Amino acid sequence: MQRLLNFFYEYRAFFTFLLLEIFCAWLLVENNQYQSTKFFNSTNRFAAGILGFSQSTREYFFLRQINEELGRENAQLRTILERQGQPIASAPLQKDTLARYDFVSAKVVNNSVAQFKNYITINQGTDAGIQPGMAAISIFGAVGKVKSVSEHFSVLISVLNIDEQVSSVIKRTANFGTVQWDGTDPRIVNLLYIPRHVQPIVGDTVVTSGYNAVFPAGVLVGIVSDVKLKEEALFYDIRVELAQDFRRLSFVKIVKSQIKPELDSLETVTIGKPQ
Amino acid sequence: MNRSGFFIAIYFIVYLLIQVMLFKQVVLFNTTFCFLYVAFILLLPIETNSLVLMAIAFLLGFFIDIFYDSLGLHALSLVLVAYLRNYWLGTITPQGGYDAGEGPTLAVNGLQWFMVYTVPLVFVHHFILFFTEASGFRIFWFTMLKVITSLMFTMTVMLFLQYFSFERRR
Repeated sequence: MQRLLNFFYEYRAFFTFLLLEIFCAWLLVENNQYQSTKFFNSTNRFAAGILGFSQSTREYFFLRQINEELGRENAQLRTILERQGQPIASAPLQKDTLARYDFVSAKVVNNSVAQFKNYITINQGTDAGIQPGMAAISIFGAVGKVKSVSEHFSVLISVLNIDEQVSSVIKRTANFGTVQWDGTDPRIVNLLYIPRHVQPIVGDTVVTSGYNAVFPAGVLVGIVSDVKLKEEALFYDIRVELAQDFRRLSFVKIVKSQIKPELDSLETVTIGKPQ
Repeated sequence: MNRSGFFIAIYFIVYLLIQVMLFKQVVLFNTTFCFLYVAFILLLPIETNSLVLMAIAFLLGFFIDIFYDSLGLHALSLVLVAYLRNYWLGTITPQGGYDAGEGPTLAVNGLQWFMVYTVPLVFVHHFILFFTEASGFRIFWFTMLKVITSLMFTMTVMLFLQYFSFERRR
């Protein structure tokens, strides 16, 4: 016993090292699970405060651009309303859409595009009704989904995260695939699992499919920028240029899906519980 | 807490804030990061106990991770650097040994020694960091590009700061 203790004491540095590294690895694995670690991330009020400060300093230099984007969104919304032939003040609320989805606007506090696993922190949390699993979109297109939430902040998994997959569809051909980032260029994502018999062309629009009820159907993801088909491959290699330039993301909308619980429970009844 | 402990605590906070407020925003060409906080561990006094060193490294890495939303990643790489540091310092002891009470800085030991000391350790840190984040070697060359360019960026800033404090000391 004495010798064993001596042995541990002799190599205490190594064992401490091992212990710490195992703990870190556990944290890492835990953090990579979807919807985990509630507190030790940038939703923590102190961290979000500091990041928000540096983001707002940086944002100051992009004010003109942000203004322009907001103006454009405003114009878009007005056109939609006017197209329905109604004065803005008494615009009818589309009952169907309203019942399905609700939106919360939020400002980006922290964002990165250069890492392999990028996350976005926003300044709305549970007090605005945000829950993990909700989708985030911007005026241009899909942004990501909510990973964890604190009272006033939330962390989103960006589409620019090598672990994130978005069920999407090529609008013209109505073929389903999965959008996933490969970790290199923050403007480009890959569209996977489009089978050989489809004829996608450069310029095709890729939108979300709405199959998993996280994203509403038809949210723009991007435009096909390159199509390749290898000799023996089962699927196309399709590159999609993202509609949202993530380097300039400053406002997002969180989509509160009212139908998700219903859809989930219905699927659980018919198909069985997801693992 | 004694005097040097107090200064170490101050430096800890300064390195942390500079990293998350300044260098988190500065990413060149989408591949080139500056992880200056490694310098904090590298520049602690030579006789620092390696258990203390690893504990500090874990704490700093953990806090950095909170800001980067990458829990465990920076802590893991930094603890490794802290573990290797004292062995590496032992291996490259200059003739006549280290002066008591001096830090392993450029001002004391010269540029050549300083490069031999820091470059491999910073490389190890970046290598582990990026490849762990990429979860494997799938995108090997792109990740390697990130490692090398970030190594150069971090080293440039570190050397710049070393010269800066070197001048001031004289």
